[in-house]
Amino acid sequence: MSRLLRRQGWVAGLFALLVILFIITKLIQPGYGSGDFGSLARAVLPYAFAVAAQTVVVIAGGIDLSVAAMMALTSVTAASMMNGASEEYALFVVPFVLAMGFVLGAVNGILIIVTRVPDIVVTLAMLFVLQGAALLVLDAPGGAVAEWLKGLISGTVPIPGLPDAIDAWLPKALLVLIICLCIIWIPLRRSKLGLSIYAIGSSELAAFRSGVPVARTRIIAYALSGLFAAFGGLALTMSTGIGAPIPGPYLLASVAAVVLGGVALGGGKGGLLGPIVAVFVLRLVRTDLTLLAIDPNVTAIIEGAIMVAVVMFGAFITMRGRQ
Amino acid sequence: MSISAIQPVPFGRRLKRFMADRPLIPLIILLVILVVILQVLRPGIVNERWIANTIKFAIPLAILAGCQTMTMLTGGIDLSVGTVATMSAFIMATQVVNQDPAVAFLLAMMPAVLIGLVNGIGVGVFRVHPLIMTLGTSLIGTGCLQVYQRTVIASGAKIPDFLAWLGTGVTYGFPNALLLFVPLAALIVFTLSRTGFGRLLYAVGDSERATRLSGVQYWQVITALYVISSVLAGVTGLLYIGLIKAPSLSLAEPLVLPSVAAAVIGGTSIFGGRGGYTGTIIGALILTVLTTLLTILQMPEGARRILFGLIVLFVTAAYLRIVEER
Repeated sequence: MSRLLRRQGWVAGLFALLVILFIITKLIQPGYGSGDFGSLARAVLPYAFAVAAQTVVVIAGGIDLSVAAMMALTSVTAASMMNGASEEYALFVVPFVLAMGFVLGAVNGILIIVTRVPDIVVTLAMLFVLQGAALLVLDAPGGAVAEWLKGLISGTVPIPGLPDAIDAWLPKALLVLIICLCIIWIPLRRSKLGLSIYAIGSSELAAFRSGVPVARTRIIAYALSGLFAAFGGLALTMSTGIGAPIPGPYLLASVAAVVLGGVALGGGKGGLLGPIVAVFVLRLVRTDLTLLAIDPNVTAIIEGAIMVAVVMFGAFITMRGRQ
Repeated sequence: MSISAIQPVPFGRRLKRFMADRPLIPLIILLVILVVILQVLRPGIVNERWIANTIKFAIPLAILAGCQTMTMLTGGIDLSVGTVATMSAFIMATQVVNQDPAVAFLLAMMPAVLIGLVNGIGVGVFRVHPLIMTLGTSLIGTGCLQVYQRTVIASGAKIPDFLAWLGTGVTYGFPNALLLFVPLAALIVFTLSRTGFGRLLYAVGDSERATRLSGVQYWQVITALYVISSVLAGVTGLLYIGLIKAPSLSLAEPLVLPSVAAAVIGGTSIFGGRGGYTGTIIGALILTVLTTLLTILQMPEGARRILFGLIVLFVTAAYLRIVEER
């Protein structure tokens, strides 16, 4: 019970932090409005999917260093397939790319099971492989994206019966994010599979002895990670309009947000909500620092310092709680 | 009677046991095979100059992989080595323009010590996961470096002659960098196998709880370890700038992941408690030869990376099979 309280307390604390940050943003820039919120949501989108990809694997007691490379590969694949193709063709591209992410993620998991090499090394090797594959698909940023996909994450959602003032604060990107994550996460969390994922993360041996198919569960966890990473790659293509074969800073950001979001790196603890809120917090800090006209390089220092400080603080709290 | 009862052990099993007892031998065999492939593909390439060149490029990787080996023995990892090496190299190259080389050296090593200290305190005292801690400090370090770059953009940079001599020079067919590397490697091997500190590293990696219960000050060991690791990375940076001769803000960054791979190929367990530095050195050599091999094949960059990843994975898996099946 106390652990549950602590975990929920962590997420609640993050929410409070988010609200405080919004207030600070409003104070710095009184004109900060719905439009800016929309661009925040669009900027968060690829990060959020990267974080979701990392979260699933971390909960299962592993780590996935190939998230950013997977996003790059899926992004260039989508962009190059849609290049010069018709709008309807994108209807085929999207499921294809998602399936590709799922399969490649499963390959990660299968390699870990079959070779018995530590996950950190397997995903490191896959990072090189996926990066190479991305370079083979497109050797320079390029490609195109269907208009309707671009439209999917720009603008707001008009909901009948709601005044425009509230409508304006519901950017489509946010809605896309919530829907995509919920469709996968909520049924998963309630299913036996979800329970198994938490079980193998918390104690692989105990899970094995209680009859959880450890190997299969691990493979599925990595496959889901690949699926989320593919969503991230698509989001990347949708927001930039092209595909870039060089992975972005998503690996570091995803690990940071996972830890900030209260998911223990040992596995078995935490949920998806915390890390997602953590992503918003991290991006909002960056927005604030930009609004304050701080040198972007200093911004990197501050971001890193915040990350380290928060993680140290979190570790300190857990240590206190244990004593 | 009893003599005839002893069945001769099948050759395959005997070979396997032999290799498992001496884990370095399969690695050396792999290295030789790679060199032979290289020689077959491009006859005449394997000469004195090529060997010196390979060693020159393998040494920075091997030192960084040494950082990984030592931290991995305790169950950790140090991903900040790339940033630390880049920082010390860049500061050295820019400070030496106006300062005495000795002063520049001290200035260059300062961030290394500092980052190592922060890493050590974070991991040892606050119990932050080493992966996160070192990624975080490397982010901060990169930011600081970018800010620092602005302040020295006017003064320019130069590579001290001594570092260029150490990094690229060859005397009697031996790269000068060996002058630094051989004592350093001997020191690391000696520390790991013969000193109390080395034993503590293995002990912490094997069972942190047992170590603590037997009266070891965990945080002191870890802090010392990460400072040492960072200082080694700083020295690598100085060596590497003498080799590459072009200071940039991402100088040593491409070496980070290969350094982890070199340590793992060399047989150090990423979960701690098992491994050693000799294997890591051969791992670094294997990766360097492999890179040359892939370059010579003239494949597109993408295919080269794919092969690199696959080979690292395959070698690690095969090696684990050989060593662990007893």
